[in-house]
Amino acid sequence: MNSPIRRVAAGCMLLVLALLANITYVQAFQADELNARSDNRRVLLDEYARERGPILIGDVPVAQSVPTDGEFGYLRQYPQALLYAHATGYYSFVFGRSAVERSQNDILSGNDDRLFVRRLVDLVTNREPQGGTVRLTLDPAAQEAAFDALGDNKGAVVALDPSTGAILAMVSKPSYDPNPLASHSVAEQQAAWDALLADPNKPDRNRAIAQTLPPGSVFKVVTAAAALESGRYEPDSEIPGPASYDLPQSTRELPNQSGQPCGSGPEQLTTITNALRVSCNTAFAYLGNDLGDDALRDQAERFGFNSEPLTDEDLNAATSVFPAELDPPQTALSAIGQFDVRATPLQIAMVSAAVANGGALMEPYLIAEVRGPDAVTVLEQTDPEELSRALSTDSARELTDMMVEVVENGTGENAQMDGVRVAGKTGTAQTTEDRPPFAWFTSFAPADDAQVAVAVVIEEAPDTARDDIGGGRLAAPIARAVMEAVLGS
Amino acid sequence: MTDATTPTPRRGRGTELALLIFAVGIATMAYVAVDLGALGRVPPNTMAYLAGLSVITGIAHIVVRSWAPYADPVILPLVVTLNGLGLAMIHRLDLAEAEAAAQAGESGSTVDAPVQLTWMVVGVALFVLVLALVRDYRILSRFTYTAALLGIVLLLLPIVPGLGYAVRGAQIWIQIGPMTFQPGEAAKIVLIVAFAGYLVRTKDALALAGRRVLGVDLPRARDLGPILVVWVTALGILAFQRDLGPSLLLFGIFVLMIYVATERISWIVVGVALGLLGGLAANAAFGHVRTRIEGWLDPFSDTDRFGQIVQSLYGLAYGGQIGTGLGRGRPDLVPFAESDFIAAAFGEELGLAGLMAIILIYALLASRGLRAALVLRDPFGKLLATGLAAGLLLQVFIVVGGVTKLIPLTGLTTPFLSLGGSSLVMNWVLVALLMRLSDAARRPAPPIQRMTVDDAVTQVVRLP
Repeated sequence: MNSPIRRVAAGCMLLVLALLANITYVQAFQADELNARSDNRRVLLDEYARERGPILIGDVPVAQSVPTDGEFGYLRQYPQALLYAHATGYYSFVFGRSAVERSQNDILSGNDDRLFVRRLVDLVTNREPQGGTVRLTLDPAAQEAAFDALGDNKGAVVALDPSTGAILAMVSKPSYDPNPLASHSVAEQQAAWDALLADPNKPDRNRAIAQTLPPGSVFKVVTAAAALESGRYEPDSEIPGPASYDLPQSTRELPNQSGQPCGSGPEQLTTITNALRVSCNTAFAYLGNDLGDDALRDQAERFGFNSEPLTDEDLNAATSVFPAELDPPQTALSAIGQFDVRATPLQIAMVSAAVANGGALMEPYLIAEVRGPDAVTVLEQTDPEELSRALSTDSARELTDMMVEVVENGTGENAQMDGVRVAGKTGTAQTTEDRPPFAWFTSFAPADDAQVAVAVVIEEAPDTARDDIGGGRLAAPIARAVMEAVLGS
Repeated sequence: MTDATTPTPRRGRGTELALLIFAVGIATMAYVAVDLGALGRVPPNTMAYLAGLSVITGIAHIVVRSWAPYADPVILPLVVTLNGLGLAMIHRLDLAEAEAAAQAGESGSTVDAPVQLTWMVVGVALFVLVLALVRDYRILSRFTYTAALLGIVLLLLPIVPGLGYAVRGAQIWIQIGPMTFQPGEAAKIVLIVAFAGYLVRTKDALALAGRRVLGVDLPRARDLGPILVVWVTALGILAFQRDLGPSLLLFGIFVLMIYVATERISWIVVGVALGLLGGLAANAAFGHVRTRIEGWLDPFSDTDRFGQIVQSLYGLAYGGQIGTGLGRGRPDLVPFAESDFIAAAFGEELGLAGLMAIILIYALLASRGLRAALVLRDPFGKLLATGLAAGLLLQVFIVVGGVTKLIPLTGLTTPFLSLGGSSLVMNWVLVALLMRLSDAARRPAPPIQRMTVDDAVTQVVRLP
């Protein structure tokens, strides 16, 4: 009977080996995957047990973890929720994280490799690990001014420091409250999430950086830059500006908004400066075709079109588009920011900022610095970096003067400020008959030594009659409010 | 009486004592570690706990010294280690429950560890009783048919109306007054005794070859009776008690024992075929079996419905390779962590390393039993030892494999670890039998009497 007993013993050994192999698979190899599952309550408890680092603006926390009595250690709170929602993002165990809460998660949660030594110390001293601190570039005055000025309109504002690229304001309306999404009650999180998804206005969308729209006439700044950079045009070069432009290879015509010619004399000639001042569609359509789509695209790309902005911050910023392969009528339409040209407010602010900064486009950034849990050790500080040379210093100076003319004597008069030279450009982008146009405005001030560049877009203005929706009337005062806030502080 | 030329056979009782001290040490340290991890303090009754465990273990050791002096010295320390670890984990889950109750604002929660400790005392008492009563295991073979009858009665008890009751759908409990009992654990041991006795008598007939199919000599059709009876019984447990584990275990043990008795691999073939057939039938007929199989194939398809196995896997994953440390994980998030899922609790707090160690303790325990089976000279003893040792390991495989998603989840206790009096007490009885068997296996053969001159005088027939 001994040989079957030996075989039974061998069989038992096989069973044991199978158990050992299986638990090795589960606990050593599958563990990371299992620990990453969102319905895994242990990870939730673990995550809430840690003191997540704050997100600061200046020294004021706009996202912070406060200790609670319950089973969960800390609750994430957003003291000025609506104002900073799109910058901080939300922090929800069930629905994940967004914006800075997501992109800086490793630092905030304390998992970053740079905090490794700190974690070791925590392990030895038996202290709960703590997250690091993230400080944003936002200027509270600018942010509040933009938020208040936008009012109930659907739209967005971006303000940049032209010399560094630091984002001073980033507001998207309507906004939302991330607090219920950070609730310890899964039901409350779910309810807030459902409400957010059901809202047709998509309040969680960061319209300032994540949504592209037709830029309309504000794009004329890019076309003007291309003209100056081509070497064939000066600000006072004369180009035809009839009441209507015959789109080449087509029977369609492109009229001026006013229906009037912007030039004078028998050939209805106008200078580029004047064409920009009155936002002359026909003159810029002509200019666009004369320069060609390649020159326009090249200029647009030097301003940041067709490439992803804010890659380091990883905020899901949308890429603004200047389309490839255009025929002449499409080129003419693209030159005035129509056809398939699409831009985010951030992109338009970058255009103004580059002009304001003597032609050097600085890389925009939102994270000013990252510190360790002690709030003293600086782990990383963002150094301003030049992204590209968008145009020559001379061209930039010329374009600045042209844009100042827009504000002082043209469509952008609503952006005028006492004692400060402001450079700007309006835009009113038509899309379809059944929806109101997008009202744009971009500007920078002071024109000679710019400290702020702004872009404003209004998608919908419920309190404004449709015919009154225009960049100059609706968006320019908002830009002025933001510029005043920055210059005043 | 021994002279200098024949050395005293090694009994190993000194080794056992040393290992027992080690085992009690592990058990006490686990208990202390739980409190340190969960509450940050050494439990105030540490010395009393140590003393209590030492007394219980010491009594078992002294009884072994006198009534089973040649028994394998490793078995008892392994069992004490497991029992001690189980106590520590049950205490750990008590603490978690108390904390949850405190947070919910409720006062008082059930405390299981002292109850389990009481059952350990009862288990050791029965261990002593078995060693005292069963001085020679061979008398057990006299009770073959009594045991079979008793086993069947025990299996049937939970489905007797008014006596049996269901917990979580499994009709495996009986209640007499305030006492509850799972007769299945006792039935397991009684039936192993019955199988051994029966197979010793019939093994020669069962070994006869029948038809040859695909190179395997199948048993004769007329000899299939017994295995069919066990098979039907197992399916009956499944149908009426709604419990897959005991049914699988019972059938598995029988197939193993009939194979060992007949030395014919064909019985394994028949057993596996019947097992598969039964499994398919059960899958088709019973919703609860289907649920278990679906939960095994893809537990994440419905994490609510398959919450037990999903939580178990989360616990194991959270523990990772070295575990969170006793008292520092969240094993209470796994439903029934103190009973069916205690292996997941160990996997979480002691990690892969700790769970491996526990599985290897079971492997060692089974190997000690099988070693006794190899050395024993009579077929009944061999069969009994194999059935008890391999049955124990099979049970561990079924429950731990289920909890770790190696096989479908079934309801069985983890021997010596799980909370539950009937299981703990009956496993102590099982160990007493293994000790008795190993004592017989290691006991030196009675010395051959050399004739002395005085003896010669008494010889009836004078040899030339």
